Amino acid sequence: MKLPIYMDYQATTPVDPRVLEVMIPWFTEKFGNPASRSHPFGWEAEQAVERARTQIAQLIKADPREIIFTSGATESNNIAILGIARFHKARGNHIITTVIEHKAVLDACRHLESEGFSVTYLPVAANGLLDTQLLADSITDQTILVSVMAANNEIGVVQPLAEIGAICRKRGVHFHTDAAQGAGKIEMDVEAMNLDLVSISGHKIYGPKGIGALYVRRRPRVRLQAIMFGGGHERGMRSGTLPTPLIVGLGEACALCRQEMPAETQRILNLRKRMEQGIMKQLTHVTINGDTEHRLAGNLNISFAYVEGESLMMAIKDIAVSSGSACTSASLEPSYVLRALGVNEELAHTSIRFGLGRFTTEDEIDYAIKVVVRAVNNLREMSPLWEMVQEGIDLNSVRWAEH
Amino acid sequence: MAYNDKVLEHYEKPRNVGSLDKNDTHVGTGMVGAPACGDVMKLQIRVNDDGVIDDAKFKTFGCGSAIASSSLVTEWIKGKTIDQALAIKNKDIAEELALPPVKIHCSVLAEDAIRSAVEDYRKKQKGGSHAP
Amino acid sequence: MIYLDHNATTPMHPEVLTAMLPYMRGPCGNPASVHHAGRAARQGMDQARRQVASLIGVHDSLVCFTSGATEANNLAISGVGGMQKQPGHAITSRTEHPSVLEAFGVLQQQGHRVTFLDCDPQGLIAPESLQRHLTPDTFLVSIMHANNETGLIQPLAPLAALCREQGVLFHTDIVQSIGRLPWDKEAIAADLITLSSHKLGGPMGVGALVMDRSLALTPMIIGGGQERGRRAGTPNVAGIVGFGAAADWLNKHRQETVASMTRLRAFLETGLSEKIPGLVIFSHNAPRIANTTLLGIDGLHGETLVMNLDLAGIAVSSGSACASGKGEGSHVLAAMGVPKSLALSAIRLSIGWNTQVQQLERFIHQFAHIVARLQGGATVR
Repeated sequence: MKLPIYMDYQATTPVDPRVLEVMIPWFTEKFGNPASRSHPFGWEAEQAVERARTQIAQLIKADPREIIFTSGATESNNIAILGIARFHKARGNHIITTVIEHKAVLDACRHLESEGFSVTYLPVAANGLLDTQLLADSITDQTILVSVMAANNEIGVVQPLAEIGAICRKRGVHFHTDAAQGAGKIEMDVEAMNLDLVSISGHKIYGPKGIGALYVRRRPRVRLQAIMFGGGHERGMRSGTLPTPLIVGLGEACALCRQEMPAETQRILNLRKRMEQGIMKQLTHVTINGDTEHRLAGNLNISFAYVEGESLMMAIKDIAVSSGSACTSASLEPSYVLRALGVNEELAHTSIRFGLGRFTTEDEIDYAIKVVVRAVNNLREMSPLWEMVQEGIDLNSVRWAEH
Repeated sequence: MAYNDKVLEHYEKPRNVGSLDKNDTHVGTGMVGAPACGDVMKLQIRVNDDGVIDDAKFKTFGCGSAIASSSLVTEWIKGKTIDQALAIKNKDIAEELALPPVKIHCSVLAEDAIRSAVEDYRKKQKGGSHAP
Repeated sequence: MIYLDHNATTPMHPEVLTAMLPYMRGPCGNPASVHHAGRAARQGMDQARRQVASLIGVHDSLVCFTSGATEANNLAISGVGGMQKQPGHAITSRTEHPSVLEAFGVLQQQGHRVTFLDCDPQGLIAPESLQRHLTPDTFLVSIMHANNETGLIQPLAPLAALCREQGVLFHTDIVQSIGRLPWDKEAIAADLITLSSHKLGGPMGVGALVMDRSLALTPMIIGGGQERGRRAGTPNVAGIVGFGAAADWLNKHRQETVASMTRLRAFLETGLSEKIPGLVIFSHNAPRIANTTLLGIDGLHGETLVMNLDLAGIAVSSGSACASGKGEGSHVLAAMGVPKSLALSAIRLSIGWNTQVQQLERFIHQFAHIVARLQGGATVR
């Protein structure tokens, strides 16, 4: 076993060596611009791009013509949300999303509020799941878009996409899902789930960074306004030179996920259970955040009461994990996702996300259990809160000198 | 974020972790911060009859910088008089540990902990109540 | 196959891939992560930022990485447009890249007035023309440094100086010039500069917008706060590292590369002019970047020439890559007042860092034959 151990697969995944292998020729001898229509360098690049488009479409059971390439899921989310809202604003000005979406969705929605749109941010239950009845009740005749993520990046909770899709279709509302974490990890079917727009990220599914895709339904045709212009690539929805090597990598990454998903999911789920049980058996005052059933196999988000998350991360520095989402962990605010689940601030500060994936081994899990248990015990010895709890003091009764 | 070597050193080998008897009249206990803010520091000092701090202990719930700040403070105040201890400012701690701006509050907390511990000790000396 | 379409994209330098590979093999973290893997990614990006910044002699904090030049151009124009509290006026030229022209189109839709400056038959913009169109509410001027089709170098210094005098932001797309011409930041007072990686020997999918830190540009892609809030999304770390390595390569090798391109192109143009009567080289009487030749032969069709060249194993473009295959004449040549029949005959030859003189010899030979055949069997001199 090699140290350090990477357990932050929801922040980003390593590029699968098989993916890199198919990318390399497109960095070297096959370097053409797919937009070059006048010579074979361009043609072969274009063919490669189209092959990748098919591979991506197959992963979510879509038609290749419904896939457009972007620089990543953030851009896909932006195009979907800003693009739908701006194109359809004559029809309505209401958008529905959830409070636990990725910042790329939330910030796009907030931006739309400044453009005069009205946004409903639906709460989620304590297990992180959206109440579909609440969603149905929130749709008005002004609603033009519902955006609900497939799987959450912090707690891994998987939303009932098929149910949400059925509601949206029945009410004639566009349904977008941010599947940066979900695609390639859970079965997705744009027809069965009535999805109109799906955001996909390369670097969360063992593909390269800097590439993503957006599925845009053709039948019934979903129309949107682009945010980037010039050259009219990608059906006019996204301009800019198509980066062939990255696109080939994303395509291959999708193909591998599709082939290996059933076996891989089971293997990773077993590893997670092993880790979960290993920790729970040896430590008390430990809670798992988010539903344990409707959840990505590779996500384990745990609060270790009375141990501050960042200090725990330092104590287990051989294991790369995250306390809260990678995008917000540089700030001192506790995770907004955990807060939305009703986890109190105190416990939110003690949470660690272990992200397991394709290259995680059983040895790594066993090592991690050992290191985590030891670190938590040490830090609790150092924690005044733990001491008080041992003395039988109810921490809620203490008047803290907040500063 | 990358931690400074001094922070890492204190974090990995914290000095003076533990507790003193909070009912001892020579012991002052300071508890600052709040769990909801992500850091709580408990600092205890024992003051001898010459008014010199002859022992100090801490327990901290908080990030590496908070733990390092408390550890450093216990080292600094041992052997100092109360007034000398009170002269330690958060700036000194932040400088010594080269804390980045987002971690300055840890040094503030450590300075507050000294004050709070001294206050508790003085209260006891005046025949006041026990520590909180 | 001989590749003479380096303005569409140019192959990567081998050193660039070598620099990138460590960031694609094994765990390369998300640079937003605090652990070692994230830190390593961040360090790679920091170095690349310094390398790209040094290419144009600015502080690294001015570099905002994007997914490419199209995004950088859009960000510059829509970003500055977004800063305006009321409708105003912006200026560009008719010969810009579509990503600039279309972004200005969006400004128009948003209620701003836009002036598209005319150029002379060489493609040059007269400073007097810019001066005449500057109004008190002009907030942005965008003029590219070197044209992607003709290779014309626009003398930017007087244009930028006019903008600076009037307090108007000046943006320039230097995607085509930077590999072939050092950027003179002392002479050209630019506020926003667009760069592309894959046009200078780096990977595709990366670019940069260089801008002053004090400029509170309205971001285009939001949610995550990366790049100081100017461009959200997990950055393309390996690509950015490659961009940096390519910038570094260019810093070290530009002089010799440009000298070689200059010699090669002189050889090419002399050879072609000798062999092909009636050959027109566009923007010939103006300064051009060292690698580009846009030529036309009245009466022939560019697409046909390109097809014949392809059969002969030579890759060229009948216009810019973005417009090729669309069958419309070049908007650049139209702006220069080139008659349509001559414009439709245009093909673009662009030399790269790995072009060999033997390849050009073969090209001249083959091309002369093709032209002769198409012109009805006229003898080749």
